[in-house]
Amino acid sequence: MLHTHSPLSPALFILLITSLAACNKPETPTASGYGRDLVVKIGAAAPLTGAQAHLGKDNENGTRMAIEDANTQGIMIAGRKVKFELLSEDDQADPKTATVVAQKLVDAKVSGVIGHLNSGTSIPASKIYSDNGIVQISPSATAVGYTGSGFKTTYRVMANDAQQGKVLGNYATQMLGAKKIAVIDDRTAYGEGLAREFIKAAQAGGAQIVAHEYTTDRAVDFAAVLTSIKGKRPELIFFGGMDSQGVPMIKQMRALGLTAKFMMGDGGYTPKLTELAGAAAEGVYASLPGVPLDKMPGGADFSKRYEAKFHQPIQLYAPYCYDAVNVMIAAMRKAASTDPAKYLPELAKLTHNGITAKIEFDEKGDLKGGAITLYQIQKGKWQALQTIDNDAITSTR
Amino acid sequence: MDIFLQQIINGLVQGSVYSMVALGYTMVYGILGLINFAHGEIVMIGAMVALSVIQLLTGAGFPIFFILLISLMLSMIVCMILGYSMERIAYRPLRNAPRLAPLITAIGLSIVLQTLAMMFWGREYHSFPLLFTNDSVHIAGAVITEVQIIIITVALVMMGGLLILVHRTRLGRAMRAVAENPSAAALMGVNSNSVISITFVLGSALAAIAGIMISANYGIVHYLMGALLGLKAFTAAVLGGIGNLRGAMLGGLLLGLIESLGAGYIGDLSGGFLGSHYQDVFAFFVLIAVLIFRPSGLLGERVAERA
Repeated sequence: MLHTHSPLSPALFILLITSLAACNKPETPTASGYGRDLVVKIGAAAPLTGAQAHLGKDNENGTRMAIEDANTQGIMIAGRKVKFELLSEDDQADPKTATVVAQKLVDAKVSGVIGHLNSGTSIPASKIYSDNGIVQISPSATAVGYTGSGFKTTYRVMANDAQQGKVLGNYATQMLGAKKIAVIDDRTAYGEGLAREFIKAAQAGGAQIVAHEYTTDRAVDFAAVLTSIKGKRPELIFFGGMDSQGVPMIKQMRALGLTAKFMMGDGGYTPKLTELAGAAAEGVYASLPGVPLDKMPGGADFSKRYEAKFHQPIQLYAPYCYDAVNVMIAAMRKAASTDPAKYLPELAKLTHNGITAKIEFDEKGDLKGGAITLYQIQKGKWQALQTIDNDAITSTR
Repeated sequence: MDIFLQQIINGLVQGSVYSMVALGYTMVYGILGLINFAHGEIVMIGAMVALSVIQLLTGAGFPIFFILLISLMLSMIVCMILGYSMERIAYRPLRNAPRLAPLITAIGLSIVLQTLAMMFWGREYHSFPLLFTNDSVHIAGAVITEVQIIIITVALVMMGGLLILVHRTRLGRAMRAVAENPSAAALMGVNSNSVISITFVLGSALAAIAGIMISANYGIVHYLMGALLGLKAFTAAVLGGIGNLRGAMLGGLLLGLIESLGAGYIGDLSGGFLGSHYQDVFAFFVLIAVLIFRPSGLLGERVAERA
């Protein structure tokens, strides 16, 4: 080869593209740009690439909206005008990447973190935030173990899977009368945990678990697993996982002639599921901690503003992200400080009227109270079936 | 019995999907000795382009067959151009470089293509419209959809067509000559550059077809769909003997069958001790076992060491 410079060109090309791709990341502001404003960095972490990128972007949008709202309000903390700044990172829904991203946010000296989206990423990241004394509020990690490590900095604004799995299991056995149930989980902290809680409640309700099969959060072909389940003739199939697997699973289930009812947790309650799975998704059940969007205190207004701003409907957790940011800011205002060590005690005893619900934390950092709503796809749309509040959940066995 | 038959059908369909993609890997490897890791991404781009064309034409009231034909043509053309420029820009300058360089370039290219697709088509899952009737055929209690029958047929036709091309035509002879020794082939009057370009163009066209078939089967298109598919297809190609067209087909079908029977029966056979999450473990266990006894794959021939 004579032209020695040419082997460089692909490398340059890649460099160019990756720098292009990085363009949507927020830049570090120059001090002069904001005058004497106090700049407060808030970190956000969610999968922005990969199979759950649509949900991750939705989280980022919700967080961004809260931060922009706070900036237009011109919030003062300790006598200085505050300029909040979003540092959004991509954890790829991967536990290993999540710890890298968490460290990156710590190094960037964020005052708090909204995230992560998945339980599987929130749990390993929580240790890093705890070690560095940074407050973490997850909008959507529902696994019981997330707040189970006893870290002081770990919070969430959504009910956990012990409640959700119980409600789903009770509904499947009592309302739907399922006696033979097959369970599939995606082997993530969320899917596995929710499936475990579901099985516990279903067995307590007198149902028999005829099969427990597994998949991954990256798979698209479930024919083999579903065929094996078909042989066991269940009346209901429960899938602990996200919509990205739920859609092909439902389609393949119907193509194989499986007529059993299909049920998912909060990972399935998305407009994408109805859009992509089409007619096959008719009758599918899912749950979501909290009350339906139109029954949330600020739900309708938020939904309207979100659609006007991002030109798409809310996917799933955006309202919870919005609340998570506002809870954090409320604690900062109360403590008159953006230092996590100072506003953390305020966060613990705060009562905040959010758009999703009234938010108060228990000593573990879990949401106090917390209702669960069950939904079903009817005529191509998610319809709320019933909302079960916390007292009802704890009173059933 | 119907369950067993269904698992065999599942395996054959899944295997044909792997085979279609594996043929592309094997073709390029057979001639250049290069593992084109970006091949899975070409499959994805093929599906994405087809989706865009279908979305564009669906409102205009054309007949389904016409839309399918146009989207197939356009996505093949886009993939062919992509395949050609890929070889021209990223691989040709590195042809005489150490083997590791083009391999890393291939991985880089696949990341670039993924990112470009993400920027262009977005992060969402897109629903791939039903182009064929979703009727299914029932055989002794097992179900197979029309799309799945077409997939198995297309995979076989692809392999047959390629075999005829490589072994019966003038171009095929040139390909085999370049594969054996590029410089000697050049001395004999074969334009090895254009032969290699044609190989890439052809492989990319097949990838476009594969992309459309796979999307039609799963009903979903996503910018990341090529990654796992590429990896599995590469495994299939190695299993069958990379560089061998029949091997790619055999490897794909075998991998599909192992996965499907593995996932279906491990749990029951081991009394619940091992579950369906071990299906990949079994697939790779078989791969390792084959490679220990036949390092060049099931149908692999002794590959002449290239200088």
